[in-house]
Amino acid sequence: MKKQTSFSQFSNNSFFYWSLLVLFGGIILIGLLAVHQMEHHGHHITGMSQQIVWGLPHVFAIFLIVAASGALNISSMSSVFNRTHYKPLSRLSAMLSICLLAGGLAVLVLDLGRPDRLIVAMTHYNFKSIFAWNIILYNGFFAIVFVYIWMMMEQKMNKFSKLAGFFAFLWRLILTTGTGSIFGFLFAREAYDAAIMGPMFVIMSFSFGLAFFMLVMGLLYKLDGRQIGDYVFNKLRKLLGVFIAAVLYFVIVKHLTNLYAAEHTDMEYFMLFGDNIYTQLFWYGQVLLGGLLPLIMLYGPLCKKSRLTGYLAAFLVVLGGLIQIYVIVIGGQAYPLVLFPGMEVTSSFFDGTINSYIPSKYEIALGVSGVAITLLAIVFASRILPVAADNLSDEYVNPHFKKK
Amino acid sequence: MKNWLLLMSFFVSFAIHADDNNSYLPKAKAGTKCVEDRQIMRTNHMDLILHQRDKTMRDGKRDGRHSLKECINCHVTKNDKNEYPNIDSSQHFCNSCHTYVAVKTDCFSCHRSIPENKQVKK
Amino acid sequence: MNKLNRREFIKKTTNTAAISILPGVFLQTVNAKGADVKNRWGMLIDTRGCGDCKNECITACHSEHAVKSFDRPQTDSQWIRKVTVKNRKTSHTMALPIMCQHCEKPACVDVCPTGASFKRVDGIVLVDRHICIGCRYCMMACPYKARNFVHENLSEQNTISPRGKGTVEACTMCVHRIDKDGAKAKTACQQACPKNSIIFGDLNDKNSGISKKLKAMGARQIRADLNLNPAVLYQGLDL
Repeated sequence: MKKQTSFSQFSNNSFFYWSLLVLFGGIILIGLLAVHQMEHHGHHITGMSQQIVWGLPHVFAIFLIVAASGALNISSMSSVFNRTHYKPLSRLSAMLSICLLAGGLAVLVLDLGRPDRLIVAMTHYNFKSIFAWNIILYNGFFAIVFVYIWMMMEQKMNKFSKLAGFFAFLWRLILTTGTGSIFGFLFAREAYDAAIMGPMFVIMSFSFGLAFFMLVMGLLYKLDGRQIGDYVFNKLRKLLGVFIAAVLYFVIVKHLTNLYAAEHTDMEYFMLFGDNIYTQLFWYGQVLLGGLLPLIMLYGPLCKKSRLTGYLAAFLVVLGGLIQIYVIVIGGQAYPLVLFPGMEVTSSFFDGTINSYIPSKYEIALGVSGVAITLLAIVFASRILPVAADNLSDEYVNPHFKKK
Repeated sequence: MKNWLLLMSFFVSFAIHADDNNSYLPKAKAGTKCVEDRQIMRTNHMDLILHQRDKTMRDGKRDGRHSLKECINCHVTKNDKNEYPNIDSSQHFCNSCHTYVAVKTDCFSCHRSIPENKQVKK
Repeated sequence: MNKLNRREFIKKTTNTAAISILPGVFLQTVNAKGADVKNRWGMLIDTRGCGDCKNECITACHSEHAVKSFDRPQTDSQWIRKVTVKNRKTSHTMALPIMCQHCEKPACVDVCPTGASFKRVDGIVLVDRHICIGCRYCMMACPYKARNFVHENLSEQNTISPRGKGTVEACTMCVHRIDKDGAKAKTACQQACPKNSIIFGDLNDKNSGISKKLKAMGARQIRADLNLNPAVLYQGLDL
């Protein structure tokens, strides 16, 4: 007999709900004020310059977009790969995906030099540009996930949800490869020019998306007084560990390959063994805090005793992910363009120098407000839509459950 | 019924004053005639400008009838203070209509709004 | 009843079509000025005189296009800059002006999401600032750091060089002069150089001054290994 998973809205704790709305709304308002200043005075008030053209807002935006793609993994595993124990989580996964993408895209658009020309961006396409393809893919992703979540929620359409899930899975593989290729196709910059950027971003999306999902699910369920059974939690925890290891693998391959090429050695030494903030962020932030430490926490004995360890590990993955994207985006621009290899180059336009970047309050406000948009959307949507599974106990979810 | 009439007359009273918006309509350069008829210009000037812009920018044809540069050269003349008003001034030719219809002109964030080789103040 | 004969119908429509198209055909041949695909405009720069100059090319370019400094070197636009190159081992030093290289296969054109960054048929790479959304992706893509983003409100622009906040810009090879004077044009930098180090001309014309000099003395491209085939060529690029 097929068991029917029952879903409902998060309906308890009205005080918390409204406080969160006010908090996130306030942060968004500050972000919008920052955008207004940037739009009115021009970008000279920010820390971005002719040398570092993409800054902190882009770091946040790319993180949110990459996490958005990965957050859909849970749904994909249930629809496409028939892991039925993830089925109760699939609605929340899809909803998170949409909210993350909305936050990321909002930040990206608001940082444009001419955000009033968004309509132009959506009606004029240069199909040779991977950026243009990304715009199409992001908008399509919204539509596809909306249809997917509708098919999951509308009982009559349930039988089509597998097809929609498969389509969504393919779409987001292309989308995330596209996001990575935004950097990978830039042959001019030594830190980017690599085919591995596309697949690496896909693996990063799995890791960041799942970590974010675990954090949000844990928090929302706790606030609503619902239980998450050990079976589900352990599955997610171990999966996150696998994804963290996979990201580390891609990072190792990328840097080892670059170190091998004399052409790239100078740049790699700057990134990995340099006397600058990017080296510190790479080793302590990305590798240690975002990679090795969470791995130990997720697989170690502490986690079996305390769930908090698992959630802390997920939080570290999110933090490490942000740092990783910071190193990629800002670090990649800090290293100068090489016009005359091996030569000492100087000019009034900062040729040949390591470029510095200090984010201004406007960029910090804009970046953080992107996260606030995502969280506001999540809190709101989970309140009005039945996305949370009622029963995540081992007895219900575990297909091999044996009563003791 | 009475309330409805009162409300409508409140709004109509604005419309009655619509024509005397007191706008300063600067005269174009003396002895010249616009390249198109006034009514055609009023309704279609944006289409003409856009078409000309693509010809100039993408094809390099700078001798068109509808060049923005020539519009400005003719229509932006010295005001009563013997200065050329730029787009920030309410006395600029384009603003005489655009302020009234509340349509923001985007052109002059990039384009020069006074004739070439002339300064705002002498 | 006036039945329309098939033959009559074909005759009438063909005549109408011909009459409506004909003026367009005529206009095309009359209005044939503008960018021509048979040209490829380029510049040849002899860098041997650049070391001790007073950057006249930079001053002239920025004056021609009303590119003003706001005393913010990190965000000010620089359409052209002088780059000094020193060989660490031999201490040999040289200098050269670098601006948009007007590549044959421009990376900036490939990556622009809206198509604002475009290459004209005569090889000049420009930014259509009407559809530029200011995403700065072209700035990430350009190997020569040729592009600038306008970080502040501008006023008193030059008529021949509209430029504004929030869009991206770069050297236009003085396209406004090229459109007026063709092969006889002189770019602002060329005109200002006291040593006549910069030659502008048609790379496709074997008889042009620039082509003759290239044939006689040869020249190099910066980052020729990228295979972008820039139109700006340099002599004296010995490092």
